[in-house]
Amino acid sequence: MIRDITIGQYYPVASPVHRLDPRTKILLTFIYIISLFFIDFFIGYGFVVVALYAAINVTRVPIKFMLKGLRGIVFILLFTVVLNIFFTPGGRVLFSWNFITVTEGGVKIALMMGARLILLIIGSSILTLTTSPIELTDGIESLLNPFRRIGVPAHEIAMMMSISLRFIPILLEETDKIMKAQMARGADFETGNIVRRAKAMIPIMVPLFISAFRRAEELAMAMEARCYRGGVGRTRMNSLQYKRRDCYAFIIGTLFMIVCFIL
Amino acid sequence: MDHIIKADNILFEYYNYDENGEKKEAITALNHISVSVKKGEFLVVLGHNGSGKSTFAKHLNAILMPKEGTLFVSGIDAANPQNVWNIREKVGMVFQNPDNQIVATIVEEDVAFGPENIGIPAEEIRTRVDDALNTVDMSEYKLRSPNQLSGGQKQRIAIAGVIAMKPECIVFDESTAMLDPIGRKQVMETMHKLNKEHGITIIHITHYMQEAILADRIIVMEKGEVVLEGSPKEVFKEVEILKNIGLDVPDTTYLIYLLNKEGFNFTPDVLTIKEVVDEIWQSK
Repeated sequence: MIRDITIGQYYPVASPVHRLDPRTKILLTFIYIISLFFIDFFIGYGFVVVALYAAINVTRVPIKFMLKGLRGIVFILLFTVVLNIFFTPGGRVLFSWNFITVTEGGVKIALMMGARLILLIIGSSILTLTTSPIELTDGIESLLNPFRRIGVPAHEIAMMMSISLRFIPILLEETDKIMKAQMARGADFETGNIVRRAKAMIPIMVPLFISAFRRAEELAMAMEARCYRGGVGRTRMNSLQYKRRDCYAFIIGTLFMIVCFIL
Repeated sequence: MDHIIKADNILFEYYNYDENGEKKEAITALNHISVSVKKGEFLVVLGHNGSGKSTFAKHLNAILMPKEGTLFVSGIDAANPQNVWNIREKVGMVFQNPDNQIVATIVEEDVAFGPENIGIPAEEIRTRVDDALNTVDMSEYKLRSPNQLSGGQKQRIAIAGVIAMKPECIVFDESTAMLDPIGRKQVMETMHKLNKEHGITIIHITHYMQEAILADRIIVMEKGEVVLEGSPKEVFKEVEILKNIGLDVPDTTYLIYLLNKEGFNFTPDVLTIKEVVDEIWQSK
Protein backbone atom coordinates (compact mmCIF):
# COMPACT_ATOMS: atom_id res chain seq x y z
CA MET A 1 0.00 0.00 0.00
CA ILE A 2 2.88 2.28 0.78
CA ARG A 3 4.18 2.05 -2.79
CA ASP A 4 1.09 3.66 -4.25
CA ILE A 5 2.29 7.08 -3.19
CA THR A 6 3.61 8.88 -6.22
CA ILE A 7 5.85 11.87 -5.99
CA GLY A 8 4.72 14.91 -7.84
CA GLN A 9 1.70 14.43 -10.03
CA TYR A 10 3.26 14.60 -13.46
CA TYR A 11 0.81 13.55 -16.16
CA PRO A 12 2.90 12.47 -19.16
CA VAL A 13 1.18 13.31 -22.44
CA ALA A 14 2.55 15.19 -25.42
CA SER A 15 1.15 18.70 -25.47
CA PRO A 16 2.51 22.16 -26.34
CA VAL A 17 2.43 23.02 -22.64
CA HIS A 18 4.50 19.95 -21.74
CA ARG A 19 7.13 21.01 -24.25
CA LEU A 20 7.49 24.52 -22.84
CA ASP A 21 10.66 25.37 -20.97
CA PRO A 22 10.11 24.72 -17.23
CA ARG A 23 11.32 28.25 -16.47
CA THR A 24 8.59 29.67 -18.68
CA LYS A 25 5.98 27.65 -16.86
CA ILE A 26 7.24 28.65 -13.42
CA LEU A 27 7.30 32.34 -14.35
CA LEU A 28 3.86 32.18 -15.98
CA THR A 29 2.50 30.56 -12.85
CA PHE A 30 3.86 33.49 -10.86
CA ILE A 31 2.29 35.98 -13.27
CA TYR A 32 -1.00 34.12 -12.96
CA ILE A 33 -0.96 34.13 -9.17
CA ILE A 34 -0.10 37.83 -8.97
CA SER A 35 -2.81 38.70 -11.50
CA LEU A 36 -5.39 36.78 -9.48
CA PHE A 37 -4.87 39.05 -6.51
CA PHE A 38 -5.55 42.17 -8.54
CA ILE A 39 -9.01 41.08 -9.57
CA ASP A 40 -11.94 41.99 -7.39
CA PHE A 41 -14.89 41.90 -9.75
CA PHE A 42 -16.85 38.83 -10.67
CA ILE A 43 -16.44 39.62 -14.37
CA GLY A 44 -12.68 39.34 -13.82
CA TYR A 45 -13.06 35.85 -12.39
CA GLY A 46 -15.27 34.93 -15.31
CA PHE A 47 -12.44 35.92 -17.62
CA VAL A 48 -9.89 33.91 -15.61
CA VAL A 49 -12.14 30.84 -15.69
CA VAL A 50 -12.42 31.08 -19.48
CA ALA A 51 -8.65 31.58 -19.85
CA LEU A 52 -7.94 28.70 -17.47
CA TYR A 53 -10.34 26.42 -19.31
CA ALA A 54 -8.58 27.21 -22.58
CA ALA A 55 -5.17 26.56 -21.01
CA ILE A 56 -6.30 23.21 -19.56
CA ASN A 57 -7.54 22.16 -22.98
CA VAL A 58 -4.14 22.91 -24.46
CA THR A 59 -2.39 20.76 -21.83
CA ARG A 60 -4.46 17.66 -22.80
CA VAL A 61 -4.63 16.69 -19.13
CA PRO A 62 -8.15 15.48 -18.20
CA ILE A 63 -9.91 18.17 -16.21
CA LYS A 64 -10.69 15.77 -13.36
CA PHE A 65 -6.95 15.56 -12.61
CA MET A 66 -6.94 19.33 -12.16
CA LEU A 67 -9.91 19.15 -9.82
CA LYS A 68 -8.25 16.40 -7.78
CA GLY A 69 -5.88 19.02 -6.44
CA LEU A 70 -8.86 20.73 -4.81
CA ARG A 71 -9.60 17.79 -2.54
CA GLY A 72 -6.68 18.68 -0.34
CA ILE A 73 -7.93 22.18 0.33
CA VAL A 74 -11.65 21.56 0.83
CA PHE A 75 -11.25 22.13 4.54
CA ILE A 76 -9.34 25.40 4.20
CA LEU A 77 -11.80 26.50 1.56
CA LEU A 78 -14.86 25.93 3.77
CA PHE A 79 -13.13 27.55 6.71
CA THR A 80 -12.27 30.68 4.72
CA VAL A 81 -15.71 31.00 3.21
CA VAL A 82 -17.59 30.48 6.49
CA LEU A 83 -15.31 32.83 8.37
CA ASN A 84 -15.74 35.55 5.78
CA ILE A 85 -19.51 35.17 5.59
CA PHE A 86 -20.02 35.64 9.32
CA PHE A 87 -17.33 38.03 10.30
CA THR A 88 -16.96 40.55 7.48
CA PRO A 89 -19.04 43.63 8.18
CA GLY A 90 -20.30 46.02 5.51
CA GLY A 91 -23.27 46.49 3.25
CA ARG A 92 -26.92 45.60 3.83
CA VAL A 93 -27.69 43.17 6.64
CA LEU A 94 -29.19 40.02 5.15
CA PHE A 95 -29.67 37.94 8.23
CA SER A 96 -29.24 38.45 11.92
CA TRP A 97 -29.55 36.09 14.87
CA ASN A 98 -28.10 36.76 18.30
CA PHE A 99 -24.49 37.78 17.71
CA ILE A 100 -24.35 36.37 14.18
CA THR A 101 -24.94 38.82 11.38
CA VAL A 102 -24.58 38.10 7.70
CA THR A 103 -24.06 41.12 5.51
CA GLU A 104 -24.07 41.58 1.77
CA GLY A 105 -20.40 42.60 1.86
CA GLY A 106 -19.52 39.47 3.80
CA VAL A 107 -21.14 37.14 1.29
CA LYS A 108 -19.43 38.94 -1.55
CA ILE A 109 -15.96 38.74 0.03
CA ALA A 110 -16.51 35.11 0.99
CA LEU A 111 -17.44 34.09 -2.53
CA MET A 112 -14.52 36.06 -3.92
CA MET A 113 -12.01 34.44 -1.56
CA GLY A 114 -13.37 31.00 -2.35
CA ALA A 115 -13.12 31.58 -6.09
CA ARG A 116 -9.63 32.98 -5.72
CA LEU A 117 -8.42 29.91 -3.80
CA ILE A 118 -9.97 27.46 -6.26
CA LEU A 119 -8.48 29.25 -9.26
CA LEU A 120 -5.11 29.47 -7.52
CA ILE A 121 -4.91 25.75 -6.90
CA ILE A 122 -6.15 24.73 -10.35
CA GLY A 123 -3.81 27.18 -12.04
CA SER A 124 -0.71 26.06 -10.21
CA SER A 125 -1.56 22.38 -10.66
CA ILE A 126 -1.13 23.00 -14.40
CA LEU A 127 2.55 23.56 -13.62
CA THR A 128 3.04 20.37 -11.63
CA LEU A 129 0.91 18.23 -13.97
CA THR A 130 2.77 19.22 -17.10
CA THR A 131 6.35 19.43 -15.78
CA SER A 132 8.36 16.40 -14.69
CA PRO A 133 10.11 16.73 -11.32
CA ILE A 134 13.51 16.77 -13.03
CA GLU A 135 12.55 19.61 -15.35
CA LEU A 136 11.10 21.44 -12.38
CA THR A 137 14.39 21.06 -10.49
CA ASP A 138 16.42 22.25 -13.47
CA GLY A 139 14.07 25.20 -13.90
CA ILE A 140 14.34 26.22 -10.26
CA GLU A 141 18.14 25.96 -10.37
CA SER A 142 18.34 28.10 -13.46
CA LEU A 143 15.91 30.71 -12.12
CA LEU A 144 17.73 30.94 -8.78
CA ASN A 145 21.13 31.26 -10.43
CA PRO A 146 21.12 35.09 -10.61
CA PHE A 147 20.57 35.19 -6.84
CA ARG A 148 23.69 33.18 -6.18
CA ARG A 149 25.64 36.38 -5.67
CA ILE A 150 23.54 37.26 -2.64
CA GLY A 151 24.16 33.84 -1.18
CA VAL A 152 21.31 31.68 -2.51
CA PRO A 153 22.79 28.18 -2.96
CA ALA A 154 20.99 27.51 -6.25
CA HIS A 155 22.95 24.46 -7.32
CA GLU A 156 22.86 22.88 -3.88
CA ILE A 157 19.09 23.32 -3.59
CA ALA A 158 18.58 21.67 -6.97
CA MET A 159 20.97 18.84 -6.11
CA MET A 160 19.15 18.23 -2.83
CA MET A 161 15.80 18.13 -4.61
CA SER A 162 16.97 15.65 -7.22
CA ILE A 163 18.65 13.36 -4.69
CA SER A 164 15.46 13.38 -2.62
CA LEU A 165 13.47 12.44 -5.69
CA ARG A 166 15.90 9.60 -6.35
CA PHE A 167 15.77 8.23 -2.81
CA ILE A 168 12.11 8.65 -1.86
CA PRO A 169 11.03 5.45 -3.65
CA ILE A 170 14.03 3.56 -2.24
CA LEU A 171 13.26 4.62 1.32
CA LEU A 172 9.57 3.86 0.84
CA GLU A 173 10.43 0.36 -0.26
CA GLU A 174 12.71 -0.01 2.72
CA THR A 175 9.97 1.18 5.11
CA ASP A 176 7.71 -1.44 3.61
CA LYS A 177 10.37 -4.12 4.16
CA ILE A 178 11.02 -3.09 7.77
CA MET A 179 7.27 -3.00 8.51
CA LYS A 180 6.86 -6.49 7.14
CA ALA A 181 9.85 -7.73 9.12
CA GLN A 182 8.37 -6.26 12.31
CA MET A 183 4.93 -7.63 11.52
CA ALA A 184 6.43 -11.08 10.98
CA ARG A 185 7.68 -10.85 14.54
CA GLY A 186 4.29 -9.87 15.88
CA ALA A 187 4.34 -6.08 15.74
CA ASP A 188 0.90 -4.51 15.54
CA PHE A 189 0.48 -1.29 13.57
CA GLU A 190 -3.26 -1.36 13.00
CA THR A 191 -5.04 -1.45 16.34
CA GLY A 192 -5.08 0.85 19.34
CA ASN A 193 -5.49 4.58 19.71
CA ILE A 194 -3.37 7.23 18.07
CA VAL A 195 -0.73 7.31 20.80
CA ARG A 196 -0.33 3.56 20.67
CA ARG A 197 -0.03 3.52 16.92
CA ALA A 198 2.50 6.32 16.99
CA LYS A 199 4.54 4.36 19.51
CA ALA A 200 4.40 1.31 17.27
CA MET A 201 6.14 3.37 14.57
CA ILE A 202 9.31 3.81 16.62
CA PRO A 203 10.73 0.37 15.72
CA ILE A 204 10.26 1.36 12.09
CA MET A 205 11.76 4.82 12.28
CA VAL A 206 14.96 3.84 14.07
CA PRO A 207 16.25 1.29 11.53
CA LEU A 208 15.04 3.52 8.71
CA PHE A 209 17.05 6.47 9.99
CA ILE A 210 20.16 4.36 10.51
CA SER A 211 19.93 3.02 7.00
CA ALA A 212 19.28 6.48 5.56
CA PHE A 213 22.45 7.79 7.21
CA ARG A 214 24.45 4.85 5.90
CA ARG A 215 23.12 5.42 2.42
CA ALA A 216 23.92 9.11 2.63
CA GLU A 217 27.49 8.35 3.59
CA GLU A 218 27.96 5.87 0.75
CA LEU A 219 26.34 8.17 -1.77
CA ALA A 220 28.60 11.04 -0.72
CA MET A 221 31.64 8.83 -1.23
CA ALA A 222 30.39 7.65 -4.62
CA MET A 223 29.74 11.25 -5.69
CA GLU A 224 33.20 12.33 -4.65
CA ALA A 225 34.73 9.36 -6.45
CA ARG A 226 33.04 10.72 -9.56
CA CYS A 227 34.73 14.09 -9.08
CA TYR A 228 31.75 15.94 -7.64
CA ARG A 229 32.91 19.15 -5.98
CA GLY A 230 29.90 21.42 -5.96
CA GLY A 231 28.40 23.53 -8.71
CA VAL A 232 31.52 25.50 -9.65
CA GLY A 233 33.05 24.52 -12.99
CA ARG A 234 30.27 22.05 -13.68
CA THR A 235 28.75 21.69 -17.16
CA ARG A 236 25.36 20.24 -18.05
CA MET A 237 24.48 17.73 -20.73
CA ASN A 238 20.92 18.97 -21.22
CA SER A 239 20.97 22.69 -20.61
CA LEU A 240 17.69 24.54 -20.78
CA GLN A 241 17.04 26.65 -23.85
CA TYR A 242 14.22 29.07 -24.52
CA LYS A 243 12.52 28.32 -27.83
CA ARG A 244 10.13 30.32 -29.92
CA ARG A 245 7.10 28.70 -28.25
CA ASP A 246 8.32 30.07 -24.91
CA CYS A 247 8.22 33.53 -26.42
CA TYR A 248 4.59 33.02 -27.53
CA ALA A 249 3.71 31.73 -24.08
CA PHE A 250 5.18 34.84 -22.47
CA ILE A 251 3.21 37.11 -24.82
CA ILE A 252 -0.01 35.30 -23.96
CA GLY A 253 0.86 35.51 -20.25
CA THR A 254 1.53 39.23 -20.43
CA LEU A 255 -1.71 39.88 -22.33
CA PHE A 256 -3.53 37.88 -19.68
CA MET A 257 -2.02 40.01 -16.94
CA ILE A 258 -2.90 43.27 -18.70
CA VAL A 259 -6.51 42.18 -19.16
CA CYS A 260 -6.65 41.23 -15.49
CA PHE A 261 -5.39 44.65 -14.46
CA ILE A 262 -7.92 46.42 -16.69
CA LEU A 263 -10.78 44.36 -15.36
CA MET B 1 55.98 4.24 -17.36
CA ASP B 2 53.94 1.10 -17.74
CA HIS B 3 52.73 0.86 -14.18
CA ILE B 4 49.44 2.55 -13.46
CA ILE B 5 49.58 1.86 -9.72
CA LYS B 6 52.79 1.79 -7.74
CA ALA B 7 52.26 1.38 -4.01
CA ASP B 8 55.38 1.16 -1.93
CA ASN B 9 55.28 0.17 1.70
CA ILE B 10 51.96 1.87 2.45
CA LEU B 11 50.46 1.90 5.91
CA PHE B 12 46.93 2.84 6.87
CA GLU B 13 45.32 2.81 10.30
CA TYR B 14 41.80 3.39 11.57
CA TYR B 15 41.42 4.82 15.03
CA ASN B 16 38.85 4.01 17.65
CA TYR B 17 38.01 6.95 19.85
CA ASP B 18 36.78 6.89 23.44
CA GLU B 19 34.08 9.23 24.83
CA ASN B 20 36.56 12.07 25.34
CA GLY B 21 37.56 12.00 21.72
CA GLU B 22 40.96 10.57 22.43
CA LYS B 23 42.53 7.80 20.44
CA LYS B 24 41.87 4.52 22.18
CA GLU B 25 43.41 2.08 19.80
CA ALA B 26 44.72 1.95 16.26
CA ILE B 27 43.56 -0.76 13.89
CA THR B 28 46.03 -1.41 11.14
CA ALA B 29 44.14 -1.90 7.90
CA LEU B 30 47.12 -1.91 5.58
CA ASN B 31 50.38 -3.05 7.09
CA HIS B 32 53.21 -1.74 4.90
CA ILE B 33 52.11 -3.33 1.66
CA SER B 34 53.71 -2.91 -1.74
CA VAL B 35 51.65 -3.58 -4.83
CA SER B 36 52.10 -2.48 -8.40
CA VAL B 37 49.66 -2.85 -11.24
CA LYS B 38 50.60 -2.79 -14.90
CA LYS B 39 48.66 -0.84 -17.50
CA GLY B 40 45.98 -3.00 -19.12
CA GLU B 41 46.17 -5.66 -16.44
CA PHE B 42 43.18 -7.50 -14.96
CA LEU B 43 43.97 -7.79 -11.28
CA VAL B 44 41.77 -9.50 -8.73
CA VAL B 45 42.21 -8.79 -5.04
CA LEU B 46 40.84 -11.58 -2.85
CA GLY B 47 40.30 -11.58 0.86
CA HIS B 48 37.43 -11.85 3.27
CA ASN B 49 35.86 -9.11 5.41
CA GLY B 50 38.39 -7.08 7.31
CA SER B 51 41.38 -8.19 5.25
CA GLY B 52 42.07 -4.60 4.18
CA LYS B 53 41.12 -5.13 0.54
CA SER B 54 38.50 -2.37 0.49
CA THR B 55 40.84 0.00 2.30
CA PHE B 56 43.40 -0.67 -0.39
CA ALA B 57 40.81 0.01 -3.10
CA LYS B 58 39.90 3.34 -1.55
CA HIS B 59 43.52 4.45 -1.70
CA LEU B 60 43.60 4.03 -5.45
CA ASN B 61 40.90 6.66 -5.88
CA ALA B 62 42.33 9.03 -3.27
CA ILE B 63 39.30 8.54 -1.01
CA LEU B 64 41.82 7.52 1.62
CA MET B 65 45.44 8.59 1.74
CA PRO B 66 48.34 6.50 3.03
CA LYS B 67 49.68 7.40 6.47
CA GLU B 68 53.12 6.12 5.53
CA GLY B 69 54.79 4.99 2.34
CA THR B 70 54.37 6.23 -1.20
CA LEU B 71 51.59 5.65 -3.69
CA PHE B 72 51.75 6.74 -7.30
CA VAL B 73 48.63 6.51 -9.44
CA SER B 74 49.34 6.99 -13.12
CA GLY B 75 52.54 8.74 -12.12
CA ILE B 76 50.77 11.19 -9.79
CA ASP B 77 51.61 11.29 -6.10
CA ALA B 78 48.45 10.17 -4.28
CA ALA B 79 49.68 11.34 -0.88
CA ASN B 80 49.41 14.97 -1.96
CA PRO B 81 45.89 16.31 -1.31
CA GLN B 82 46.22 18.70 -4.26
CA ASN B 83 46.22 15.81 -6.72
CA VAL B 84 42.94 14.32 -5.54
CA TRP B 85 40.84 15.39 -8.52
CA ASN B 86 43.50 14.46 -11.08
CA ILE B 87 43.62 10.97 -9.67
CA ARG B 88 39.86 10.59 -9.57
CA GLU B 89 39.70 11.47 -13.26
CA LYS B 90 42.18 8.70 -14.03
CA VAL B 91 40.85 6.01 -11.71
CA GLY B 92 37.11 5.40 -11.56
CA MET B 93 35.41 3.41 -8.86
CA VAL B 94 32.32 1.20 -8.80
CA PHE B 95 30.97 0.40 -5.33
CA GLN B 96 29.05 -2.44 -3.77
CA ASN B 97 25.51 -1.15 -3.40
CA PRO B 98 24.08 -0.18 -6.80
CA ASP B 99 21.36 1.99 -5.21
CA ASN B 100 23.72 4.13 -3.21
CA GLN B 101 25.86 5.29 -6.10
CA ILE B 102 23.26 6.41 -8.60
CA VAL B 103 22.57 10.12 -8.21
CA ALA B 104 20.06 11.07 -10.88
CA THR B 105 16.48 9.99 -11.49
CA ILE B 106 17.08 9.21 -15.16
CA VAL B 107 19.65 6.70 -16.42
CA GLU B 108 21.34 8.96 -18.97
CA GLU B 109 21.45 11.88 -16.54
CA ASP B 110 23.29 9.68 -14.08
CA VAL B 111 25.84 8.58 -16.68
CA ALA B 112 26.37 12.26 -17.49
CA PHE B 113 27.01 13.12 -13.82
CA GLY B 114 30.75 12.35 -13.89
CA PRO B 115 31.59 14.15 -17.15
CA GLU B 116 29.50 17.13 -15.97
CA ASN B 117 31.60 17.30 -12.82
CA ILE B 118 34.85 17.52 -14.72
CA GLY B 119 33.50 20.26 -16.98
CA ILE B 120 33.21 18.52 -20.35
CA PRO B 121 31.29 20.54 -23.00
CA ALA B 122 27.63 19.55 -23.53
CA GLU B 123 27.94 17.98 -27.02
CA GLU B 124 30.90 15.87 -25.98
CA ILE B 125 29.03 14.65 -22.88
CA ARG B 126 26.17 13.58 -25.13
CA THR B 127 28.45 11.40 -27.32
CA ARG B 128 30.32 10.01 -24.31
CA VAL B 129 27.06 9.08 -22.57
CA ASP B 130 25.71 7.33 -25.67
CA ASP B 131 28.99 5.47 -26.19
CA ALA B 132 29.21 4.44 -22.55
CA LEU B 133 25.63 3.14 -22.52
CA ASN B 134 26.36 1.22 -25.71
CA THR B 135 29.43 -0.37 -24.19
CA VAL B 136 27.45 -1.74 -21.25
CA ASP B 137 24.47 -2.69 -23.48
CA MET B 138 22.03 -0.41 -21.69
CA SER B 139 21.16 2.05 -24.49
CA GLU B 140 17.52 1.02 -24.61
CA TYR B 141 17.09 2.01 -20.95
CA LYS B 142 18.60 5.46 -21.23
CA LEU B 143 15.40 7.36 -20.48
CA ARG B 144 14.20 5.02 -17.73
CA SER B 145 14.28 5.62 -14.02
CA PRO B 146 16.98 3.62 -12.18
CA ASN B 147 14.30 2.37 -9.81
CA GLN B 148 12.83 0.19 -12.53
CA LEU B 149 16.10 -1.65 -13.18
CA SER B 150 17.49 -4.86 -11.70
CA GLY B 151 20.61 -4.89 -9.55
CA GLY B 152 22.84 -6.03 -12.40
CA GLN B 153 21.44 -3.36 -14.69
CA LYS B 154 21.93 -0.66 -12.07
CA GLN B 155 25.51 -1.78 -11.59
CA ARG B 156 26.10 -1.56 -15.35
CA ILE B 157 24.71 1.99 -15.27
CA ALA B 158 27.22 2.77 -12.54
CA ILE B 159 29.96 1.31 -14.77
CA ALA B 160 28.75 3.43 -17.70
CA GLY B 161 28.91 6.48 -15.42
CA VAL B 162 32.55 5.70 -14.77
CA ILE B 163 33.57 4.95 -18.38
CA ALA B 164 31.96 8.18 -19.56
CA MET B 165 34.76 9.91 -17.63
CA LYS B 166 37.30 7.99 -19.74
CA PRO B 167 39.45 6.66 -16.91
CA GLU B 168 42.61 4.61 -17.41
CA CYS B 169 41.71 2.26 -14.63
CA ILE B 170 38.48 1.14 -12.94
CA VAL B 171 38.37 -0.26 -9.41
CA PHE B 172 35.44 -2.52 -8.61
CA ASP B 173 35.04 -2.53 -4.84
CA GLU B 174 32.99 -5.71 -4.28
CA SER B 175 30.67 -4.59 -7.04
CA THR B 176 29.30 -8.08 -7.54
CA ALA B 177 28.63 -8.86 -3.88
CA MET B 178 24.98 -7.76 -3.81
CA LEU B 179 23.96 -9.16 -7.19
CA ASP B 180 22.13 -12.32 -8.19
CA PRO B 181 24.04 -14.87 -10.33
CA ILE B 182 22.72 -13.43 -13.60
CA GLY B 183 23.59 -9.87 -12.66
CA ARG B 184 27.01 -10.99 -11.48
CA LYS B 185 27.68 -12.73 -14.78
CA GLN B 186 26.67 -9.63 -16.76
CA VAL B 187 28.90 -7.37 -14.70
CA MET B 188 31.84 -9.78 -15.02
CA GLU B 189 31.38 -9.89 -18.79
CA THR B 190 31.32 -6.12 -18.93
CA MET B 191 34.55 -5.95 -16.91
CA HIS B 192 36.35 -8.35 -19.24
CA LYS B 193 35.02 -6.49 -22.28
CA LEU B 194 36.36 -3.19 -20.95
CA ASN B 195 39.70 -4.80 -20.25
CA LYS B 196 40.07 -6.58 -23.61
CA GLU B 197 38.42 -4.15 -26.02
CA HIS B 198 39.08 -0.79 -24.39
CA GLY B 199 42.40 -1.55 -22.75
CA ILE B 200 41.19 -0.27 -19.37
CA THR B 201 43.08 -1.60 -16.35
CA ILE B 202 40.66 -3.44 -14.08
CA ILE B 203 41.16 -3.99 -10.37
CA HIS B 204 38.41 -6.21 -9.04
CA ILE B 205 38.00 -6.62 -5.29
CA THR B 206 35.93 -9.67 -4.40
CA HIS B 207 35.60 -12.76 -2.27
CA TYR B 208 34.18 -14.98 -5.00
CA MET B 209 36.86 -17.37 -6.21
CA GLN B 210 35.09 -18.11 -9.49
CA GLU B 211 35.47 -14.48 -10.54
CA ALA B 212 39.22 -14.68 -10.13
CA ILE B 213 39.87 -17.57 -12.51
CA LEU B 214 40.04 -15.38 -15.62
CA ALA B 215 42.24 -12.72 -14.05
CA ASP B 216 45.79 -11.95 -15.22
CA ARG B 217 46.99 -11.85 -11.67
CA ILE B 218 45.58 -12.41 -8.18
CA ILE B 219 46.54 -10.85 -4.89
CA VAL B 220 45.30 -12.47 -1.70
CA MET B 221 45.10 -10.21 1.33
CA GLU B 222 44.77 -11.09 4.98
CA LYS B 223 45.04 -8.80 8.03
CA GLY B 224 46.32 -5.92 5.96
CA GLU B 225 49.07 -7.89 4.31
CA VAL B 226 49.55 -9.56 0.95
CA VAL B 227 49.78 -13.31 1.60
CA LEU B 228 49.77 -14.66 -1.93
CA GLU B 229 50.42 -13.14 -5.30
CA GLY B 230 50.57 -14.63 -8.79
CA SER B 231 48.59 -16.01 -11.69
CA PRO B 232 45.32 -17.84 -10.88
CA LYS B 233 47.07 -21.19 -11.28
CA GLU B 234 49.90 -20.24 -8.97
CA VAL B 235 47.56 -18.90 -6.33
CA PHE B 236 44.89 -21.59 -6.32
CA LYS B 237 47.31 -24.46 -5.96
CA GLU B 238 48.12 -23.11 -2.48
CA VAL B 239 44.96 -24.77 -1.19
CA GLU B 240 46.15 -24.99 2.42
CA ILE B 241 47.09 -21.33 2.78
CA LEU B 242 43.76 -20.27 1.26
CA LYS B 243 41.73 -22.63 3.45
CA ASN B 244 43.63 -21.46 6.51
CA ILE B 245 42.60 -17.85 6.06
CA GLY B 246 39.01 -18.91 5.42
CA LEU B 247 38.85 -18.56 1.67
CA ASP B 248 37.48 -21.14 -0.73
CA VAL B 249 39.25 -22.56 -3.74
CA PRO B 250 37.54 -23.51 -7.01
CA ASP B 251 35.97 -26.99 -6.84
CA THR B 252 38.27 -28.26 -9.59
CA THR B 253 41.45 -27.31 -7.81
CA TYR B 254 40.05 -28.65 -4.56
CA LEU B 255 39.26 -32.04 -6.13
CA ILE B 256 42.82 -32.44 -7.37
CA TYR B 257 44.11 -31.34 -3.96
CA LEU B 258 42.04 -34.01 -2.19
CA LEU B 259 43.09 -36.68 -4.68
CA ASN B 260 46.73 -35.79 -4.23
CA LYS B 261 46.29 -36.05 -0.47
CA GLU B 262 45.08 -39.62 -1.00
CA GLY B 263 48.31 -40.45 -2.71
CA PHE B 264 47.71 -39.53 -6.32
CA ASN B 265 50.18 -37.40 -8.16
CA PHE B 266 48.36 -34.90 -10.34
CA THR B 267 49.68 -31.48 -11.33
CA PRO B 268 48.03 -29.11 -8.85
CA ASP B 269 47.64 -26.04 -11.09
CA VAL B 270 44.40 -26.91 -12.88
CA LEU B 271 41.45 -24.57 -13.06
CA THR B 272 38.84 -25.54 -15.62
CA ILE B 273 36.79 -28.70 -15.64
CA LYS B 274 38.40 -29.68 -18.97
CA GLU B 275 41.87 -29.40 -17.50
CA VAL B 276 40.87 -31.63 -14.60
CA VAL B 277 39.34 -34.21 -16.92
CA ASP B 278 42.45 -34.23 -19.11
CA GLU B 279 44.70 -34.50 -16.09
CA ILE B 280 42.85 -37.47 -14.62
CA TRP B 281 42.24 -39.12 -18.01
CA GLN B 282 45.83 -39.03 -19.09
CA SER B 283 47.38 -40.27 -15.89
CA LYS B 284 47.96 -43.91 -15.24
